[in-house]
Amino acid sequence: MSVLILGATSRVARELAHRYAEAGHAVAVCARDLAEAERIAADLQVRHEVPALARAFDATTFESHPALVDDIEGELDPIEVAVIAFGEMGDQETSQGDFAAARKVIDINYTGAASICEALAAVMEQRGRGAIIGISSVAGDRGRQSNYVYGSAKGAFSLYLGGLRNRLFDAGVRVLTVRLGFVDTRMTYGMQTGIPIADPAAISAQIVAALDRGEDNIYLPRFWRGIMGVIKAIPEGVFKRLKL
Amino acid sequence: MERWAEQELYGWARHPRVTAEVARPERRREVEAALADRGDKPVLAHGLGRSYGDAALIDGGRVVLTRRLDKMLGFDPETGWVRVEAGVSIQDLIDTFLPRGWFVPVVPGTQFVTVGGAIANDIHGKNHHSDGTFCDHVRRVELLTAKGEVVICDAETEPDLFWATVAGLGLTGIILSAEIKLAPVAGPWIEMESIRLRNLDHFFEESANSKSHSHVVTWLDSVAKGDSMGRGILMRGRHAGPGVTGGGVMGGVIGKVTDALEPVLDVPFDLPDGLMNTVTMRLFNEAYYRKHPKGTVSSVVHYKPYFFPLDAIRNWNRGYGPRGMVQYQLVVPPDPQNAAMREVLKQVSESGMPSFLTVMKEFGDTTHPWLSFPRPGMFVALDFPRFGPALDHLLDRLDALVVEAGGRIYLGKDSRMSKETFRAMYPDWRDWKAVRDAWDPDDVFQSTLGRRLGLCGGAA
Repeated sequence: MSVLILGATSRVARELAHRYAEAGHAVAVCARDLAEAERIAADLQVRHEVPALARAFDATTFESHPALVDDIEGELDPIEVAVIAFGEMGDQETSQGDFAAARKVIDINYTGAASICEALAAVMEQRGRGAIIGISSVAGDRGRQSNYVYGSAKGAFSLYLGGLRNRLFDAGVRVLTVRLGFVDTRMTYGMQTGIPIADPAAISAQIVAALDRGEDNIYLPRFWRGIMGVIKAIPEGVFKRLKL
Repeated sequence: MERWAEQELYGWARHPRVTAEVARPERRREVEAALADRGDKPVLAHGLGRSYGDAALIDGGRVVLTRRLDKMLGFDPETGWVRVEAGVSIQDLIDTFLPRGWFVPVVPGTQFVTVGGAIANDIHGKNHHSDGTFCDHVRRVELLTAKGEVVICDAETEPDLFWATVAGLGLTGIILSAEIKLAPVAGPWIEMESIRLRNLDHFFEESANSKSHSHVVTWLDSVAKGDSMGRGILMRGRHAGPGVTGGGVMGGVIGKVTDALEPVLDVPFDLPDGLMNTVTMRLFNEAYYRKHPKGTVSSVVHYKPYFFPLDAIRNWNRGYGPRGMVQYQLVVPPDPQNAAMREVLKQVSESGMPSFLTVMKEFGDTTHPWLSFPRPGMFVALDFPRFGPALDHLLDRLDALVVEAGGRIYLGKDSRMSKETFRAMYPDWRDWKAVRDAWDPDDVFQSTLGRRLGLCGGAA
């Protein structure tokens, strides 16, 4: 079996690739930055002595997605686990002034994610096995003025994954939705969060374990479930007045 | 645009401290973007921060952390050549390749250093007399230069840039990747002999007798005076052959703490400034010396306590208190009388400012040009708590002694020597600077050390 990582240059995705390669699985590494994807694939081969290949992947070139899945399945064993880890936070203020920028954020985080998931779901459903890990965000749990464009796209992705899980259940294909809080990656580097930032290697191990346990939805780090529980419980009449 | 986070940075000696804007690229493109986004500020790469002084610092500059550039790019199991990004650590290399029968050919006293830092300081280990420095096992360095170009250099292609980058303190560019030839080994074990040394003469004698061992190092009691001056324990060893295994016990020499294979102790906060004083050092040294039986002890030890004993205590540098420490590493040319070495140890033992950890060894004949530290002769490393002006005066006197003897001190540990002293110790510095300036005419890459010693920053 092989593992497909989409958005492999993100630290959490890279760590996930290592967890699966460590366990002896072939890995397909896909990213917009092909040169970097090739370096990541080389790293997997050197460290874990498993087959690894790199492919360019652009989330918003929707029509290329089914062919990418075919291409990888032609080179490696059937995809057993696919990780949707790409994403683009964008800049909220830019998105407010320029809809093209807002649309790009939505297209990468939601439309592109749905597009590649459909391509994967088609082959996995037919085969009657496989798993999709969708890396979503706690930002998708409630709309806030500071990042609602990104948040809404992630929220839509979380909702989409719920529906996909429901559809694929009978076929025996699993879908795990991961809502990440702050992890020590490029996205959070230099941010003053006031909340502990998690180690990407530890997070990746927890994601693999959650899939193995058969979980459907997981917040990581775990305490984010509590934080988001509180945030979601705030009445809208109060919430709309907050500076969040 | 790269994200720059303002941060206080310091070396392993925890002094001096500077403020810099720091980026942490995760991939090649982000390194290039960071350099392009430097504004008019000087730039310096920074690995795991194990240089002791100000070699990896740039006050008011922009620092590019390399520790997330940690991919291994290629490996040839026939020859042992491995190509890795600059942020890969020695620990990572050992953990990855020891199970396949390979070891890093030259390692320093800690495994928590990056390959980039190992090249930029041309680090040395216990096997200098048999295997040279780290860069004797390096070919093909991939460097991001001041113009934003990626240049691949080695002993044949752009040799000047290659040799200026070896021990070049990061001032020729940002090292992106390098090829290193690993050494074949049978396993993690080291066959070791340790010898209790009565005094300095005994050290010189046994040191000369130990050259058939690939790895030799001596711990010295710097407090002992008179006839006992230079007493200590010489440890010589080599990678064990197939079938030789040990129990992880270091012949009772170092003690339980360093027998552990993973850090077992942490110094989570600064210990009081005065804790490392003459009395505690005398007690420790006495106990450590007496614990070893007279004569020679043979044992088979694990590589971690052998090569990296202090890695067993995470943050051991905090033991020196908030004012930090000073490490002084010197080498003086061979001399049948060892006059300079005797004088250095005499000055230290009589100063009332003992060095908590004193390590000696004899360097071999392998040398590299310009700023590379190792030269044939006798080497000593001294670790002092920052005692204040009296220590400054002692080290100034040692500087003069070393210059007089034709020796030099190691820039990777330094934070204090003067430009004049540096120029006397490294007389070829001008040749290095000519190469560096040709590749970096706009003085893009700078460090606090480089400015202090007149290597960059418009200084001459």
